[in-house]
Amino acid sequence: MNKILIVDDEPNILLSLEFLFKKEGFQVLIARDGEEALEIIEDQIPEVVILDIMMPKVDGYQVCSHVKSHHPETRVIFLSAKSKIKDMQKGLDLGADLYLTKPFSTKEIIAQVKSILN
Amino acid sequence: MLSRELIIGVTFAYLAVLFALAWYAERAGSRGQKLASHPWIYALSLAVYCTAWTFYGSVGRAASNGMEFMAIYVGPCLIAPLWWVVMRKIIRISKVMNISSIADFISSRYGKSANLGAMVTIFCLIGILPYVSLQLQGITNSLEVLQFSAGESSSQNFSIFSDPGFYMALGLAAFTILFGTRDLDATSRHDGLVLAVAFESIFKLVAFLAIGVFVSFFLFDGLPDIFSKASESGLSHLFVFTGESGASDWFWMGILSMMAVLFLPRQFQMGVIENTSEKHLDTAMWLFPLYLLLINVFVLPIALAGLMIFENQPVNADTFVLAIPSEFGKSGLALFGYLGGFAAATSMIIVSAISLSTMVSTNLLMPVLVANTKFQQRIQARLPKILIWGRRFTILGIILLAYFYFRALGNFYSLVSTGLISFVAIAQLTPSIVGGIFWKQGSKSGAILGLLVGMLLWSFTLIVPTLVEAGYLGRAILSDGLFGIDWLRPQALLGMTGLSAVSHGLVFSLFPNVFLYILISLLSKQSSREHNQAILFVDIFNHGKNPDRSIVWKGQASLPDIKSLLENFLGEKKTKKALQEFSESTGRDPESDGFADPELVNYSQRLLAGVIGAASARILVDSVVKAEEISLDELLDILKETQEIKSLNLELKSKSKALKKASERLSLANEALKLNDMLKDEFISTVTHEMKTPITSIRAFSEILLDENLDEGDKRRFLQIIIDETGRMTRLIDQVLDLERFDSGKQKLNMQKSDLASLVIETGESMTQVFTEKGLKFSVDLNFEQLEMLVDTDRIRQVILNLLSNASKFASSKVILSAFENDDDLILEVKDDGNGIPDEEIPYIFDKFYQAKNQTSKKPIGSGLGLAISKKIIDYHGGTILLGREGEMTVFSVILPKQVMAILNLNAQTIDE
Repeated sequence: MNKILIVDDEPNILLSLEFLFKKEGFQVLIARDGEEALEIIEDQIPEVVILDIMMPKVDGYQVCSHVKSHHPETRVIFLSAKSKIKDMQKGLDLGADLYLTKPFSTKEIIAQVKSILN
Repeated sequence: MLSRELIIGVTFAYLAVLFALAWYAERAGSRGQKLASHPWIYALSLAVYCTAWTFYGSVGRAASNGMEFMAIYVGPCLIAPLWWVVMRKIIRISKVMNISSIADFISSRYGKSANLGAMVTIFCLIGILPYVSLQLQGITNSLEVLQFSAGESSSQNFSIFSDPGFYMALGLAAFTILFGTRDLDATSRHDGLVLAVAFESIFKLVAFLAIGVFVSFFLFDGLPDIFSKASESGLSHLFVFTGESGASDWFWMGILSMMAVLFLPRQFQMGVIENTSEKHLDTAMWLFPLYLLLINVFVLPIALAGLMIFENQPVNADTFVLAIPSEFGKSGLALFGYLGGFAAATSMIIVSAISLSTMVSTNLLMPVLVANTKFQQRIQARLPKILIWGRRFTILGIILLAYFYFRALGNFYSLVSTGLISFVAIAQLTPSIVGGIFWKQGSKSGAILGLLVGMLLWSFTLIVPTLVEAGYLGRAILSDGLFGIDWLRPQALLGMTGLSAVSHGLVFSLFPNVFLYILISLLSKQSSREHNQAILFVDIFNHGKNPDRSIVWKGQASLPDIKSLLENFLGEKKTKKALQEFSESTGRDPESDGFADPELVNYSQRLLAGVIGAASARILVDSVVKAEEISLDELLDILKETQEIKSLNLELKSKSKALKKASERLSLANEALKLNDMLKDEFISTVTHEMKTPITSIRAFSEILLDENLDEGDKRRFLQIIIDETGRMTRLIDQVLDLERFDSGKQKLNMQKSDLASLVIETGESMTQVFTEKGLKFSVDLNFEQLEMLVDTDRIRQVILNLLSNASKFASSKVILSAFENDDDLILEVKDDGNGIPDEEIPYIFDKFYQAKNQTSKKPIGSGLGLAISKKIIDYHGGTILLGREGEMTVFSVILPKQVMAILNLNAQTIDE
């Protein structure tokens, strides 16, 4: 059972992603901000993290850096409303495996996660 | 008794000494030694004031009227301190404007008027000629006194050619011509003359003192002895002041002599024209009064002694000075006294003759010669010769005329009264001179009319009685008045009696003169030239350094014309020098363009004025100059222009400062605009981002609903989320549009009168449910029951709701909504007991999309635009919204002025954002 962590400060987005990945058979962990995410990552070490960027306290970029330096085997997928090239570039430079923009297609995101894990 | 030959011989010997002295001074002067340029010489030369009248007449006056003779010496002493104001100014003006006589002074001041100059000259001639005549008479009389013992008098009548007086007159004329008309330039100084006059002043003083000492200390045992003996002889009324001894006469005599000592032509000649340095006034101001005191010390003792010595003898008191030493056989002393009197008379005659001849030649002769342009051009080359010979003949003419005058008319009046009548004539010049140097508005018409009427009344009150005495007019006019009208009696005008004849004449001529001068000046309009001269005269200490530039004049002259004019009167050498000085001082070479600019034309006019008088110089220069008529308005404009250029300069400076400031402000505004632009970009990207959030949820749940076989519960839940998110998006769009309208100033408030009490209470009540759900205590608190204000009710409600909704997100246990009023404002407060907003975030809380990070709910509900919009709304109402702390409570305060201003200056607000 693949362990996936979803980090977003928007409750409805969290809810939709949790519903989708549970349905696909993932063990779904959720965090509502960067701080909470870091705790869960240290505690559970998920295989994939779906990461929002703009969050209170600790933002997605910081979380990504932390994951890539402490748990390089964990895959990171950014999921953000920020759609500018320079934002994507920054995310990928920090070692993220994928950068997806909001609003997203539910089929695409599941396919991408699965492909990364294989 | 002295022989006639001896006396005449001594007299001519004295004259010879005078010639030698003057000649020596002139020689020394031409070698550059200015013997006469000493303050003491200047002060002594002013003592030309003391004439034969002083020498003989004062004693005569004292013998009949006592102390009264002193009045005309007290006046000059009293006015002496004022010389620093009046004399200095007149001297400065005369030097700057090259003025040659008092007639020229007045003519120049009133627009270089030839008529006025001629008028003053004629008045001075009429006024002074009898006075000069009396001096000659004084000499002749004294000659007789020396020849015949007391009581005798010459019954024989000399023919003119056997009269030594005639030859003395000729001798004086020769001296005056020789030393007074050496130079064509009437403003040039006569060193020899000045030294001679100063010498004569010392001579007459020493002579008078010698006789005074002889009388007081040799005939009597000092002054107390004379006075006590005089008292015994019943003469004490002459030296004791009694109540009725005519205080008003004293007053008027004092005033009269104050004017005379300044404006008598001979005083003007010595005090102004011959002055070399204004500093000499410092010495003159004390030395001249001292001189007057000394020469008067023995007047009363001699008079009293004479009255006692010649009791019951028919001896004319005017001759006491010589009669007393003669009586006691001191013929040497008598001869010395005679020479003293001669000195007093001659200095007056010489200086008066020079000043009058200058006036006649420059203010009568020249204007007539140059009046007709054609005639003037024909004789131009000969003009300088004509001028200098005119002056010489005038001197001769004046002295001879004076001589014949006394032979025809003399002996009717005493020395003193003739002198005083002259004084009154000269006093008529006072209004136009004093007014002229202190009052810019004084006009030519005023001066002419004042002078004319003054002189007419002078003639009527003082000359008509003389003519009656001489038998030329019937006595009826004195007793019955002109045309038999009683109040037109010459010596009691308007029935006024009680003043002496001279005081009466002074009062009735001078006051109408002053009155008319002022009145007509106020009523008449000055010509531009008049106004120009008026400004130069009155403000001489400002304009004096640059008089040629201060004269406003339009036009142009060819340089050769001007040059030939100057060469004609000044000579080639002086002209060359003058033009050189001009180019040195202005830095312009007039030779280079062949044209004389206005400044050079004015300069030339000034140079010529010294030779031919201001009026003639103007006429001559005008004849070679193509002048454009300049109106008074134009003149005033040009004068103003100088002032305006100065102020323009200042204005330019301040403008460039303002420009600098404006450009600084512009660059600031530019910065602000750039920042604004950046904020707008940021705003748009934030708005887009915020919109993507609900869209993301809507899309995700829609896809879930489309694909999956969901149970009814999930289906309903997800659909509700989609609906909520759509609502959220609508709200966001609405708020963005709202804010945009406020920002661009398009937003209009819907102002209406409403009761704020019910608005606050109702709004509070609508939120009660929310607080209850969150378990928060909520209270509403008002300090008024009703408050009508002009507000946009919906918008104010929106603000209160926004603040309450924010408070609900932060409060830990309670929220208070309160409203209270003071005199000017309504204050709304929303308090909560949350953690408050960190200090570093306070500056940003009213920014768009600011969202506090320490909200209690996990996710803030709201767009982040609420406070920004609230601030806009309150701004639009003319109020302010503030964040503060009150104890443990966070407080948002809204202050709304009761008198709501309309929305002001929105564009400025936009830039300020």
